[in-house]
Order: sequence, then structure tokens, then C-alpha cells
Amino acid sequence: MKKSSFFSRMAVAPHMVWAVVFIVVPLLAVIYYAFTNAKGQFSFESIFKLRDYLPTIGLSMWFGLLSTVICFLLAYPFAYFLSQKQANAQRTMILLVMLPMWMNLLIRTYSWMLILERNGILNKLLTLIGLGRPNGFLNTGGAVVLGMVYNYLPYMILPIFTIMSKLDRSVIEAAQDLGGSRFNVLFRVIFPLSLPGVVSGITMVFVPSVSTFYISQKLGGGSFLLIGDAIESQFQSVNNFNLGASLSLILMVLILISMAIMNRFTDDEEGGMII
Amino acid sequence: MKRFCSVFLCVVLAALCLFGCGKKETSTLTVEAEYPRDYEGTVLNVYNWGQYISDGSEGSLNVNKEFEKLTGIHVNYSEYDSNESLYTKLKSGGAAYDIVIPSDYMIARLITENLLQKFDVTALSNYKYIADEFKNLYFDPANEYSVPYQFCYVGLIYNSTMVEGSPDSWGVMWDKKYAGNILNFNNSRDAFGVAQYYLQQDVNSNNKADWDAAFEKLKEQKPLIQSYVMDEVFNKMEGGNAAIAPYYSGDYVTMKEVNPDLAFVYPKEGSNASVDSVCIPASAGNVEAAKLYINFLMEPEVALANAEAIYYGSPNTAVTSNPDYSLRGNEVIYPPQEVVSKMQYFQNLDPETLAYINNLWNQLKIS
Repeated sequence: MKKSSFFSRMAVAPHMVWAVVFIVVPLLAVIYYAFTNAKGQFSFESIFKLRDYLPTIGLSMWFGLLSTVICFLLAYPFAYFLSQKQANAQRTMILLVMLPMWMNLLIRTYSWMLILERNGILNKLLTLIGLGRPNGFLNTGGAVVLGMVYNYLPYMILPIFTIMSKLDRSVIEAAQDLGGSRFNVLFRVIFPLSLPGVVSGITMVFVPSVSTFYISQKLGGGSFLLIGDAIESQFQSVNNFNLGASLSLILMVLILISMAIMNRFTDDEEGGMII
Repeated sequence: MKRFCSVFLCVVLAALCLFGCGKKETSTLTVEAEYPRDYEGTVLNVYNWGQYISDGSEGSLNVNKEFEKLTGIHVNYSEYDSNESLYTKLKSGGAAYDIVIPSDYMIARLITENLLQKFDVTALSNYKYIADEFKNLYFDPANEYSVPYQFCYVGLIYNSTMVEGSPDSWGVMWDKKYAGNILNFNNSRDAFGVAQYYLQQDVNSNNKADWDAAFEKLKEQKPLIQSYVMDEVFNKMEGGNAAIAPYYSGDYVTMKEVNPDLAFVYPKEGSNASVDSVCIPASAGNVEAAKLYINFLMEPEVALANAEAIYYGSPNTAVTSNPDYSLRGNEVIYPPQEVVSKMQYFQNLDPETLAYINNLWNQLKIS
């Protein structure tokens, strides 16, 4: 490894300060609060209380998994076909993918509430053709997952598309020349090559999905308590920082474990994760 | 892409210009108190509930702007959405505010934790307008910390096309006929309150058996509930998406303007009364300006503008006796004495009980 010069060290200094002050210190604070009680003494009190939240943690993991899988199934074919298009068309399509992200998440979610509501547009249209549901689609687990998929889909499309558009065409052509079927070309050549994009897409969708809070409150009718909601209520309304911190800690641990499992798939890939 | 951006920016700029030049600044406000310009150039940090002041929309009075014109003090105005988030901000000490407007039980809690400071309300010339029934309230028995701003009561809002007859009891929220059409509050204290009024309990009980009984009642109700809501209640009731919801009286008046099918009742078992009062945090840096602001909020014209904009009840006698006040004598906002006598104030619960009900609330959500 090259020895870093004074200048290069100075160049990264602001970032290091930033990282220490805004990432490392808060993380230490989370750990401190998680292992103390309200009086500031060392205690496992709030860690033990996590038992009450097992259903919440389970539900968050399940919804996170579900929305990640759905995002992947939607994004992969889209990214593949997009990468085959002309540069101009690509730019327009990517702009359209990003366009909703210019709007605030809260507004987007609130709009979905109005769409899915019993007297909302969707249910009214479906009722016309006899497919409406008497209570609409809001306040269901499906609505929550839909909200997550809608909000996080771009984070799956963009990394996969980036990798796809850089794929060496000649490799694919070689596979075709050597008599690979379309199935074989896709699953044994294109998919393995695009894996780094897939992994970072999964990371970027799974992490925010698992820790979602606002979407579940608004689209789930307050009946689906996710871990993000539990954390928010501990800090905002109950003022139990210790329990809030231990919930945050368990969430981080779960995410780290998931990431470790994901990374096993890309360990031997060149480039690794591109976040 | 580039061209699109520039067109977009042009439109935004044009819109800004139109807004900027639209109105001429003329003040027609008459004030009764003296407002010295001694604090000109200082900043006053005001922290208030969302949509809880007359802000100049739809031709109303812009209270903060008028105060700035009068005193030269710059009002730095920001909003919160719950007493608890206000508490967290004040407790953690991360932000300094000169004016906050919490509700009754939160004022009690802030006082016990030394987060508010005393000020002499009688030195404020407009304090004479505050009605006597809003003085010496339980959370501030000697009127040392707070000046009442607005008040409201919890009642039952229902859609008369979806509900048979006219309900008069909280029991309708357990009526299986309306399964999937009932909303309840999405915060523990208010939601438990509904069960407690129905069970005729003291809402400030510290007896765990009482809370358990209320919890069983809420659990029984859960299958009938469409969703637990706060602000979402507006869209749901206005759009006819739900039949029954407990909510605050002033907000009903807002909803009724959109959906005339809505009706309101104070159930016979009683409900919750709440008062939001103006206070000065202990950490305030601009106390003298804060006092000017509090006095300004009690100005007859200012209080009237606020009462007309917010639709909550005003404790200001200059407002309630003003013949031009559109909500004067409105029985939803100003219910008769026999209704008010059955109302209970929320009081600050001890930490153990608070933790207990929060745990029950989580269990309810998970169940």
C-alpha cells in the first residue's frame, strides 16, 4: 500500500471529522443508551424489553423482504430492456424514474392514501367494472408493501441499470455465438455479471424498507406497527430514549447480518459492492 | 434536459414575482396596548402547533407579520405536531424558544421539570380580556406560567348518511353495525380516553386495573376499527370514507364546511376538555419580546382573527362578545354548561403509569 502524503491526508480530513462527529459519536450514543436505564446506570432492562417487540421486528423483516423481492422482480427486466435502448431514450426513461423522487416522500405517501381510500379513484374505477372492494385497499398490509415498493423502486432500478449499461456487449455476443440459448445467456452470463448492481440495489431497498416508519402509519391505518414506528414513538411520545436506542441497535444488527449474508454472494466478484 | 430545467426555473421565478408584487402592505390593525420598539432587530423564536395561528391566508390577518411591523422584532416561527415532540425538544435542550403553546397536561409536566419560567400576567394590559373560567386552571392554579390561547373539547363526529339516528353515547364506537367504518385516535392517551369515558372512569387514574379494563375495551373494539388516525381524519371524514370518528370540536367545524353530511355530538358520558396556553420556556433568550408577543395575542382584533382562522374556542371575552364573530354562540365550539361540567382535563400521569399505558398501547397495535 502506498503511503499517503500530507496533502491527501488533509484532503480527507473534513470527511473524517464529519464521519466522527455525525456517524461515530451518535452510534456510540445509541449503544450507551441501549445498555443503560433511565437513571443512567448500566442495565439490560431495555434489551430484555425487546422481547415484547418480537412480532414488530418479525413483521418489519417480512415486509422489508417482500418489498425487496417485488422491487427486484420489477426492476431487473426494466433495467435490462432499458440498457438495450438508445442513449436518448435511456436518458428520458431514467428521468421519468427519478421524477417522483423530486417530490417529498410524505406527499407521495399521502397521495397514495387518497388513491387507495374507499372512495378513492382506484376503488371507484374498479367498482365500475365490478372489481371494487367495499372497504377500499387502504389499511392493509398490501397497501404498506405497495407504498414501500413505490418509494424505493428507483433505488433498485438505478444501480442495476448502471451495471447493465456497462456490460461488455462482446461477452454476450460470444455466448450467443457459442450457441448459448437465450435462457443460458441470461442466467449464466448476464445475471452473474450484473450481480454487483443487484446486490447494491437490494441493499438500498432492503435497508430503508426494514426501517420504514411513516409509510406504515399512513397506508396501514395505524394497525401495522413496524420497528421504525416503535422507535419513533419511543423518542417522540414516550420519551424512553433507552428503549428507543435498544430498538435502533437491534435494527442495525439485523441489517448488518442481512448485509453480511448478501456480501457472501459477491465476495468473489471483482468490484464488490458499489454503494 | 437543460432546456427543460431552464423552462422550469423561469416558471418558478415568474410565479415568485407574481406572489411578491401581488399585495401591497397596508396595516388596518388597531391595537390597544403600547408596543415600544425597544427590541427592534431582535429575534423572537415562536414554536406553535401546526395551523394554529391566523397566517394571512384567504385575506385573513397575518398575526406574525403585524407583530413584526409594530415592534420591529423578527418572528422566527416554527411548528410542531404533538405535545410530546415539543417536550422532547425542550427537554433535550437542543433548541431555544421564546414562546411555546403546549396543552394543559404538558404545561403541568413542563412546570414540574422546571422547563418553564414565571412571568407576571397582570402586567400584561390585555390580560383583562381573559375570561375568569380560564384562569386558575389546575395546571397553573396561580396564573404564574401561562396565558390561555385557545380551547377545545373532544366529541363524536359522524356522517349522518351512514349512521342511523343520532347517537348520544360513546357506545356507538363498539356497534358492530359500523364495523370497518369507525376511526379512533392514533395516540395512546386520546384513544384510551374514548374507552375511559365509555366506562365512566377517571381519565387520570393511576390504578392499573382501570387501564387494563380500558385496554380490554379497546381490544374488543379493534376488529371494528378502520384505522387509527390523527390528521388523516380530515380526508377520511370529508370524503365519506368512514362513518364515525372521535375528534376535536374545532376541527369538526372545518370538516363540516367540506362535507355538510357530517354531524357532531358530545356523548352523554362526557369527554375531554383541553386548553392550549402560551408559555415562556425557562431557556428563553428574549423574554421581554415574548411578553410583548403574548400581550399582542390577546389584542381583541388579533384574538378575533385567530379564533376565526382556527375555529377553536377563544377564552378572550373581547372575541366572544363581539357581534361580528362568526362562531359566536356556536354550540359545538361553546357548548352549554351542562355539557362542559362533564368534561375531564387530562393531567400529567406519573412515569410508571405512562410507561404502563404505552406498553398496553403497543400490545393493542401488535394484537
